[in-house]
Amino acid sequence: MDLSRFQKVSDFEWRVEPEGAMRVPAVLFADEALASQMDEKVYEQMVAVATLPGIVRASYAMPDAHWGYGFPIGGVAAFAPDDGVVSAGGVGFDISCGVRSLTIGLDSGAIESCKAMLANSLFEEIPAGVGSRGSISLDDDAMEAMLTGGAAWAVGQGYGNQADLVRTEEGGCMPGADPAQVSARAKHRQRREMGTLGSGNHYLEIQRVSEIFDQGIAAAYGLREGEALVTIHCGSRGLGHQIGTEFLRDMVIASSRFGIELPDRELACAPIRSELGQRYLGAMRAGINCALANRQIVSHLARAVFARYFPDASLDLLFDVSHNTCKVEAHEIGGVARELYVHRKGATRAFGPGHGELPQALRNVGQPVLIGGSMGTASYVLAGTVSSEQRAFSSACHGAGRAMSRHAAKRRWRGRQLVDDLAHRGILIRSPSMRGVAEEAPGAYKDVTAVVDAAHAAGLARKVACLTPVVCIKG
Amino acid sequence: MSATSCPPRWWHVAHGADVGLAASGSSVAQVFEQMALAMTAVITIQPVETQSCIEVRCKGSDPELLLVDWLNELIFEMASRGMLFGRYEVSIDADRLTAMAYGEPVDPPRHLPAVEPKGATYTALSVHQDAQGCWQARCVVDV
Repeated sequence: MDLSRFQKVSDFEWRVEPEGAMRVPAVLFADEALASQMDEKVYEQMVAVATLPGIVRASYAMPDAHWGYGFPIGGVAAFAPDDGVVSAGGVGFDISCGVRSLTIGLDSGAIESCKAMLANSLFEEIPAGVGSRGSISLDDDAMEAMLTGGAAWAVGQGYGNQADLVRTEEGGCMPGADPAQVSARAKHRQRREMGTLGSGNHYLEIQRVSEIFDQGIAAAYGLREGEALVTIHCGSRGLGHQIGTEFLRDMVIASSRFGIELPDRELACAPIRSELGQRYLGAMRAGINCALANRQIVSHLARAVFARYFPDASLDLLFDVSHNTCKVEAHEIGGVARELYVHRKGATRAFGPGHGELPQALRNVGQPVLIGGSMGTASYVLAGTVSSEQRAFSSACHGAGRAMSRHAAKRRWRGRQLVDDLAHRGILIRSPSMRGVAEEAPGAYKDVTAVVDAAHAAGLARKVACLTPVVCIKG
Repeated sequence: MSATSCPPRWWHVAHGADVGLAASGSSVAQVFEQMALAMTAVITIQPVETQSCIEVRCKGSDPELLLVDWLNELIFEMASRGMLFGRYEVSIDADRLTAMAYGEPVDPPRHLPAVEPKGATYTALSVHQDAQGCWQARCVVDV
């Protein structure tokens, strides 16, 4: 990306002042190397977001930003309730796709002795990949209850415990969900997909805490060097995809009626106060609950597998974060607290210490920010900071971010070879598709360490611990 | 412009995170068939038996919006029926698209499906006739 169009604010912040139709500046958080390696489309997309009605303060891009559709992936934008918009493209198809990590309470050395069997059992028990079906089938009443209750519904069905809900955003249940706004087709698509990982970049990993950067926060999170964790990355499956598809279409068609000029049709949006905007919010929140319930069920399946090998392992939830959302949050604008509709598309909420929505056990240290890497590379645990509130409405990066297209990755790598190479390094991969593994090759992603260092240096979140993979079940 | 000078074909174009589908052909209907084949090839490059068939209908006067609708209908049918399609017959009459999609239930050990499309997007979307009279289409699919 050509950085000459940006004003360099610091080594980790780049700014485009409003010009043309832009209503606010566009701000990118990244070091020079990451920023210059980004696609030109990131510039175009963050500038386009800055033109949307009612946008407040700035259009932001995180250090892992890459070319998305409409919004950049790694894009954050907040809108005022009165004159602002809600955008289905600004949330994305995989509503509330996110990550949760569970501490196993075991040293990773204990896993080594049965690693291969454990990997095989997890691969057998947790449906992954295209066409996989879960063992749970929801009838109409159960679907309604799941879409309203989220992870809290799942816990009520026996998938997990109350302590899990405390460690999930919104206490595991997104308020304001309206299942009536979710189409019959979306519900139909989800009927057999509860408790499934999906495909693409979704995974379940066993990881080892390889380095601690902040002992105090790590202790509060229950992280010890050498300890093993399970991390799950998946979303709202077919239901979220169908909600995204249908409302994106409705918003594209309705944009001219709302008199909104769009530089890109994918930015399609509706006024928050409109009937369409409200219907989308009701459906999207139901999609968030679906994702929360899904990750809760997958956690339950993982716990059942671990119980076979380690009956005393507890698998306590560290935290569950969502990436593709629009949430109503209070943020300070010019010294005044305002209610805003914050879109995070491929970005993590990162509430700092003292935030009232954090559970008591985490309130003094800030929200865990879980950054997924790719197979073979590291993942990171960060903590929300007080400064993140002023930087980007308490938001941080969400992963390494792709550096290479799937198309190019597939030509460059062979899945089988990657799996063998990683096995030599002690990392076991299980996947239904070697072609899928090639598309998700670690080399197709940005350097996750550089992304996390930039987020830390920019004040978006604080580095706490580094996690390295031991087993990866790839969707 | 005769059909032979616009041979039907499809290919993939690079996109940062997702997959770009591209196709050309002698008519809008033909280019839509090719785009659907391009989408199947995102999922699998193994042969897909065309033993059973379903009917798909969409309606829309804007060919670009119709293309997104067509691909999204197929994504829905694949996901909800657990099927893959290997052959498509599309006819377009004014603003109505009617199609037959021929395929079989997805069989992971045989089809080795790589990734599941989540939805067709409106980014870099185009359906147009080039200077030679051939129809060209582009669409990015989120995977």
